[in-house]
Amino acid sequence: MFGWEFPPHVSGGLGTACFGITKALAGLGHKIIFAIPKVLGDAGQSHVEFISASEVPIKKKHRKEFKVFKGLDIRLIDSYLKPYLSKSQYESLLRGRVVKLPAHEKARSEMREETWESVILEISAHYGPNLVAEVVRYAKVAGTIAESQSFDVIHAHDWMTILAGLYAREVSKKPLVLHIHSLEFDRSGEHINRDIFFIERYGIVSADHIIAVSHYTKNMIVSRYGVDPDKISVVHNAVSRTEASNIYHVGKSTDKKIVLFLGRITFQKGPDYFVEAAAKVLKKLPEVTFVMAGAGDMMPRMIERVAELGIGKNFHFTGFLHGTEVEQIFTMSDLYVMPSVSEPFGISPLEAMIYDIPVIISRQSGVAEILNHALKVDFWDVDDIANKIIAILRYPVLVAEIVEKTRDELRSIRWEYAAEKIVEVYERVLH
Amino acid sequence: MPSVCLHFHVHQPRWLKHYTFFDINHDHVYEDADRNLHILNKLSEKCYIPANNIMLKLIKKYKGNFRIAFSVTGILLDQFEKLRADVLDGFKRIADTGCAEFVNETYYHSLAFLFSAREFKEQVMLHKKKIKALFGQTPKTFRHTELMYDGNLTKIIEKMGYNVILARGADKVLGWRSPGHVYQPAGCKKLKLLFRNHRLSDDITVRFSDSKCTEYPLTAAKYAHWIHRINDIGDDVINLFMDYETLGEHQKKGTGIFAFIRELPREILKHAEFRFQTPSEVAGEYEPAAQLDLTNLISQADTERDLSAWLGNTLQKDAINTLYGMESKVRSRKDGRLLNTWRMLQASDHFYYMHTGWPADGDGQKDFNPYGSPYDAYINYMNIIDDFSGFLGKKRGV
Repeated sequence: MFGWEFPPHVSGGLGTACFGITKALAGLGHKIIFAIPKVLGDAGQSHVEFISASEVPIKKKHRKEFKVFKGLDIRLIDSYLKPYLSKSQYESLLRGRVVKLPAHEKARSEMREETWESVILEISAHYGPNLVAEVVRYAKVAGTIAESQSFDVIHAHDWMTILAGLYAREVSKKPLVLHIHSLEFDRSGEHINRDIFFIERYGIVSADHIIAVSHYTKNMIVSRYGVDPDKISVVHNAVSRTEASNIYHVGKSTDKKIVLFLGRITFQKGPDYFVEAAAKVLKKLPEVTFVMAGAGDMMPRMIERVAELGIGKNFHFTGFLHGTEVEQIFTMSDLYVMPSVSEPFGISPLEAMIYDIPVIISRQSGVAEILNHALKVDFWDVDDIANKIIAILRYPVLVAEIVEKTRDELRSIRWEYAAEKIVEVYERVLH
Repeated sequence: MPSVCLHFHVHQPRWLKHYTFFDINHDHVYEDADRNLHILNKLSEKCYIPANNIMLKLIKKYKGNFRIAFSVTGILLDQFEKLRADVLDGFKRIADTGCAEFVNETYYHSLAFLFSAREFKEQVMLHKKKIKALFGQTPKTFRHTELMYDGNLTKIIEKMGYNVILARGADKVLGWRSPGHVYQPAGCKKLKLLFRNHRLSDDITVRFSDSKCTEYPLTAAKYAHWIHRINDIGDDVINLFMDYETLGEHQKKGTGIFAFIRELPREILKHAEFRFQTPSEVAGEYEPAAQLDLTNLISQADTERDLSAWLGNTLQKDAINTLYGMESKVRSRKDGRLLNTWRMLQASDHFYYMHTGWPADGDGQKDFNPYGSPYDAYINYMNIIDDFSGFLGKKRGV
């Protein structure tokens, strides 16, 4: 299996999903070799981790061990790649601020002979080869794992590991399952990075089978990438509850209500709609506190907008939160809002629900397909978002009903069920 | 001589506006008038007008042998009067034939009986007056919203002078007994109970156009044959209670539903022993087969069993309790318009939309919900109640 990240080093839903999937697969008796990039060069990181005039301290990544369990074998591959690259991050990468590895040049020269690599390099000439060359280099290094190990299926997660998966397939002649957790159209709207789009399309067309995290994503793959729907299986994500189960109802203040946004502060997550809705709510309920937890390229703009609206007194930015801090913010919050513009799945509402927090989620999300007991909004409908935030804060009966029904609903959302469906896909590509 | 008792319920929920928290204290008009007019016009064209025409023709054709019953809610009659006099005229012409009985219910399609005896009686009397004024009949048959019934209700209804109550057949009440007889609630002397024949009613309302059904397509001849079979088991009456909107709306014109209805009387009357009778006529004809104990069938405290779809969850209970909690305040204002608004908000439909049970039920029958989600329905309703409550608190004339 090729991934981007793994707990506790998680900056988005993909790491959480990979943990849930691998753990449940291991529980079913499967063995997983999991390859992930190990980000090189801490010194050079600030240009990638984009936090600017926000006055939020940049937290150094804790270098802890990975969470491992029986059946899982983690392989780290040195790389410059970071899972969630924003537009401005690409730009800084492309401005050549990436420290080049010797292997870089070597990889580039080697590539010319290879067919699939030259295809990729040709189509991605637009932005210059740096980023793509690095993906290719990572692919080859990661792919070499395939030469020394024995396995039955290759399972790759999202665009950065597509080439690694393809390379591994070439070497091993084993089938490749590509698991799509998010697409370039989700991350960037219509202003896609063509290189990444081409890599995605190449992988989607070439893989033996596709797993999409929602029907929403499946439909997007079919319509935007022109793939036969029969080649795509939908396996919804789930949530692990063991970590959170004993922290119910701690430290919730009764008079001061907290409304939470938690996620990368990027175009995809719709933070601007959260800020606008907050301003509307505060006109009616001036005592509410809004918290925007996370980091991302839109953060400076959000801070400016909060100041412009004059709601800074009730609006807080926490910066990027780590494991226990996330738990803490969940226990303090009264409502979780996910106004994503395009969310292939969206695990964090499920995490919030484990803490008995009602959630408002955008209809433009995969998780909306499996939740009946969440309030749903269109991300652009700021009035409706504000209206629903107020309803949650003012009608305790509504919260009680939602929380009660949610507990039932969560029982049927398990990684074990997702893993069973994944195994069905494995069996399909093996026969 | 077995009787076929055909009863049509005629009602349309009135939609509320999309009403957000930001409308509170600004907007005191709660109904979506444009949408309601649109729906009324659509239903008039698709169902009410063609169905009324067919009924009138059938009544004339069979010279008194085709007899039916209607229950049209007061709030729909209001709309007909104001906006579709042509539809109302059709009902009046049917009433003039003397072959149709108009059945009494709560004017506002409410569940007031569970919350306020006074309000319940007032609404029943309002509807009674309306029927008298429009159709020249004094109703003797009663039907509660959602065909609900219990011991208390039947006692009160008998005291109010009714001879018959229409009811939803329930296994726990009927047990081994057939819905094909007339019954009497224990403790009543005059009032008779007619139970809906679910199987035969739903053959039309639910299964008529279901091509997966083994009996599809359903013809009038085939259906009449099923009806005639009851002669063998000694039943007296077949109560076919259905929504009038089944004709042309729930079952679209293209399904052949109108042709089916047009042919049905002929097919049923082919058997010389069968006839059509209205609920009052059925009750006058047959003695009760048994007295049934209906105590504690429903009560406000335990609504789970019969009314779970309307009052089963905390949202529904909170909303309806808040609404009826305003009664004395509403009445003290002595303002007809306020009283009317409060009553409009009592329609059972509003609470039905807050029903959260169905996604988990797995029966696959996802009912139509204009709000998309029970939580949205609750939020919208509570925002309106909030505004109404604030408005009530204000001084007159503001």
